[in-house]
Amino acid sequence: MGRQTEQNHIRPQAGGSMRDRFSVSGLVLAMIGLPILAGLAGTVGPAFGLLPALGGGHLTLDHFAELAAQPHLSRSALISFATAIVTTGVSLVLVMLFTAGYAGTRMFSRIQHLVSPLLAIPHAAAAFGLAFLVAPSGLAMRLVSPGLTDYGSPPDWLVPQDPLGLTMMAGLIVKEMPFLFLVTLAALPQVPLVQARQLSASLGYGRIRGFLISVWPLLYRQIRLPVFAVLAYASSVVDVAMILGPALPAPLAVRITEWMADSDLQMRFLASAGALLQFALTVAAMVTWLVLEQIGSVLLRWMSRSGVRKADDRLLRRSACAAMTLSAALVFLGLAVLFLWSIAGLWPFPALLPGSVTFQAWMRALPQAGDAIATTISLASSSAAIALLFSIGLLWQGGVRDSRAFSSVLYLPLIVPQLCFVFGLQILSVALGFDASFALLLFVHLIFVLPYVTLSLSQPWQALDQRYETLAAGLGKSPLQVLLHVRLPLLTRACLTAFAVGFAVSAGLYLPTLLIGAGRIVTITTEAVALSSGGDRRAIGIYALLQTLVPFGGFLIASLVPHLLFRDRRAMRI
Amino acid sequence: MALLAPLALATIGPAMATDAANWEQVLTEARGETVYFNAWGGSANINAYIQWAGDAVKARYGVTVVQVKLDDTARAVTSVLAEKTAGRNQHGSVDLIWINGENFAAMKRQGLLFSPGWATKLPNWDLVDIDNQPTTTTDFTIPTDGLESPWGAAKLVFFYDEARTPKKDLPDSAKDLLSFAKAHPGRFSYPQPPDFIGSSFLKQVLSELIADRTKLQKPVDDATFDADVAPLFAYLDQLHPLLWRKGKAFPKNYPDMKQKLADGELDIIFAFNPAEASAGIAAGELPGSVRSFVFSKGTLGNTHFVGIPYNANAKAGALVLANFLLSPEAQVRKQDPKIWGDPTVLAVSKLPEADRAAFAALDLGVATLPPDKLGATLAEPHPDWMTRIEAEWIKRYGAAN
Repeated sequence: MGRQTEQNHIRPQAGGSMRDRFSVSGLVLAMIGLPILAGLAGTVGPAFGLLPALGGGHLTLDHFAELAAQPHLSRSALISFATAIVTTGVSLVLVMLFTAGYAGTRMFSRIQHLVSPLLAIPHAAAAFGLAFLVAPSGLAMRLVSPGLTDYGSPPDWLVPQDPLGLTMMAGLIVKEMPFLFLVTLAALPQVPLVQARQLSASLGYGRIRGFLISVWPLLYRQIRLPVFAVLAYASSVVDVAMILGPALPAPLAVRITEWMADSDLQMRFLASAGALLQFALTVAAMVTWLVLEQIGSVLLRWMSRSGVRKADDRLLRRSACAAMTLSAALVFLGLAVLFLWSIAGLWPFPALLPGSVTFQAWMRALPQAGDAIATTISLASSSAAIALLFSIGLLWQGGVRDSRAFSSVLYLPLIVPQLCFVFGLQILSVALGFDASFALLLFVHLIFVLPYVTLSLSQPWQALDQRYETLAAGLGKSPLQVLLHVRLPLLTRACLTAFAVGFAVSAGLYLPTLLIGAGRIVTITTEAVALSSGGDRRAIGIYALLQTLVPFGGFLIASLVPHLLFRDRRAMRI
Repeated sequence: MALLAPLALATIGPAMATDAANWEQVLTEARGETVYFNAWGGSANINAYIQWAGDAVKARYGVTVVQVKLDDTARAVTSVLAEKTAGRNQHGSVDLIWINGENFAAMKRQGLLFSPGWATKLPNWDLVDIDNQPTTTTDFTIPTDGLESPWGAAKLVFFYDEARTPKKDLPDSAKDLLSFAKAHPGRFSYPQPPDFIGSSFLKQVLSELIADRTKLQKPVDDATFDADVAPLFAYLDQLHPLLWRKGKAFPKNYPDMKQKLADGELDIIFAFNPAEASAGIAAGELPGSVRSFVFSKGTLGNTHFVGIPYNANAKAGALVLANFLLSPEAQVRKQDPKIWGDPTVLAVSKLPEADRAAFAALDLGVATLPPDKLGATLAEPHPDWMTRIEAEWIKRYGAAN
């Protein structure tokens, strides 16, 4: 029944000269593929000893030997690997159970409103909030001290930065879960949820079991690429790992970043070799995930064959709901603590609230932040808008669907860890004599924004019931008319979500902005990271909040506009 | 890239070399230039000070200053290197860079600095305290050769909260510090190397414990390295179980330690700026009962500088800014703990009467030791040592968990 939507539609052949006149996919291919390949070459070269400016003129494997000799390298790699698998696994299972238990209910839309804004909160801001909350001197301990604990000074506990990286994983999960939830949400209207629920209920299945057996395989297929993006991200994350992750040894990506920034310029060779190891690690995590997918599919088949109904799944359902709520609450509470710190005077342990309130830090920061905010907004909105246009063009021409090679290039910036190619990219841009300019930075942002926007849009795009278009074509509408009057209006929500995702990605880009903008083009994120290196909680609070508010605007629009547009159209609401 | 190189070279010829000795011409050339000042941006008060200096040179010399806020100075070095790699030998993106120690050594070694030396030709150079502050011309044992201009002085100073820690318990040497840690486990730590302050702590301990201190003024001798640093690591092996989090995690940097002193997680912290504690009290970040102390046998001291990359686009403008930063007006403002609190590199005695009075009138704050109470200064080891002990540190303690 569910398979109908996937297979029984005959895709109308892309007719019409408009679609064939020029190839968007060719353009995009060059736009994304070339810089990344060049960037990778700029990384691979030094890894094998080629970097003329530093006297590296011949091929050698020495730098890999040097890499292997780095102390505790395998531990670093293992932590990164485990983080990728655990983060992705826990986030996905939570989203899956929650969607299974609640999709279509009122609770679902309530949680949806609670969780969606989380996507706009930058990883670093959420991580700082969490750290301020759970540290021994954090708000949680202040709540119970000294009353319940007798602690006059904070206990000597190793949190965050715990050796197993649990705090780091938690910090990633609370951020990746909303992302997976949102892409699930975008894909949900394209599966026959209501019918499947009715059928499985009539067969006596519990909600979760019925959903998993009937709808989940379809849904998972649609969100599979985002899952891999989460996997790649978690395996190579730098900022969250620096804030919450173990320090001795640090996860692999953090160590590579340190090597890249080392004042001993010879370390660039080692960093490049490390970047290739990071690449291999990410690939290994993906291969592991493929195996896990197989195991999951076997489990699911076993589940449906066993015939067990498990009609009463309230406990599981409510646990999933509680976990979703808790993680959202943690992030919001974290933000509240960030805000408190930004206006706090002296605030010693174990005082629950600051002794005095001052806006001095805000008054010092805001005049300096104005330009950065303006730059961030213009950069993010233009790159997201251009990316949206390209994505629509791409999907319309069927580029993403038709060519496997093409889609792998498109998703390259998403799947290849950033630090594997940004250094090489910087060399390229300087070599071509490009000065740091808004246009150049916009172009580089597009490389990163376009895949996310396309990723966000392509699933709903491809799953939209084609019969609408077949019908319109049968009524004599041209392909362009069909696009403008049938497809795009039906996909308004998906388009806006894609825009907001692109906006948030651009606003949160750190490494590329810093390197390509040469520090001359400053966004709120580069400012935030520069200031957070100072560890000043007040400045961190302010910039993390600013960093949150900017992309939040994009998501607000994405969620409000459909409400207004579809006020009177019941079938268009979720 | 190879194709572009001849083009780049062709444009070098006609440009006239900027020369600090011809100051009138520097001023003319500088007017209208924009200087991208690459400086660590982790401190709001320092950023505000740089903004002030930029406004001043804009008003007086028509030079626009844009601070490029770095989270790590090495990133600016990376940028210059990337430009050199790409053959961009002119119109580079970095005009002035806040630098010292290993970053300077690396740039000097790689030929990434504007040469020949220009700092000694600056009009304000004569005011620099080269007699009493030898570190203004020798940066971590490397002669500056005028390739960088001194900006501020630094000295390792410890802070504690006298409301919690009685003065008589304070350590007076690295050895004492170990006893303090034994008596108060979990109440001391240092930033994780390679953080600058953390590595400096290692150098402080090494300077106190090494059998022959003169060895530190030369590059590391591979043959004796292990024996030379053995006392340091024996010390750390004893100290680490007594540290905050039992040495399984370390503060990130000085501001992180400052926060932990305020939170009550640490009892003793240290910084390279004697005025940090007073500035922290003024900003409401530290309790008013925080005070300073030093080791009577001496603590590390050094100087921080500004340098100009070889391919800087606005060399004249950068010279004008560097000279302004050395002016008594800029230096006295910098030393004010309400502004920044960074000690001057000028010889106050050489200054005109009015400027001397301005320095004398500075209220250094309750928690700042006056210059004559700062104790002896230990010389910074050769940068080689820092690199080597950092590597050794990571090898030994890199997987403490």
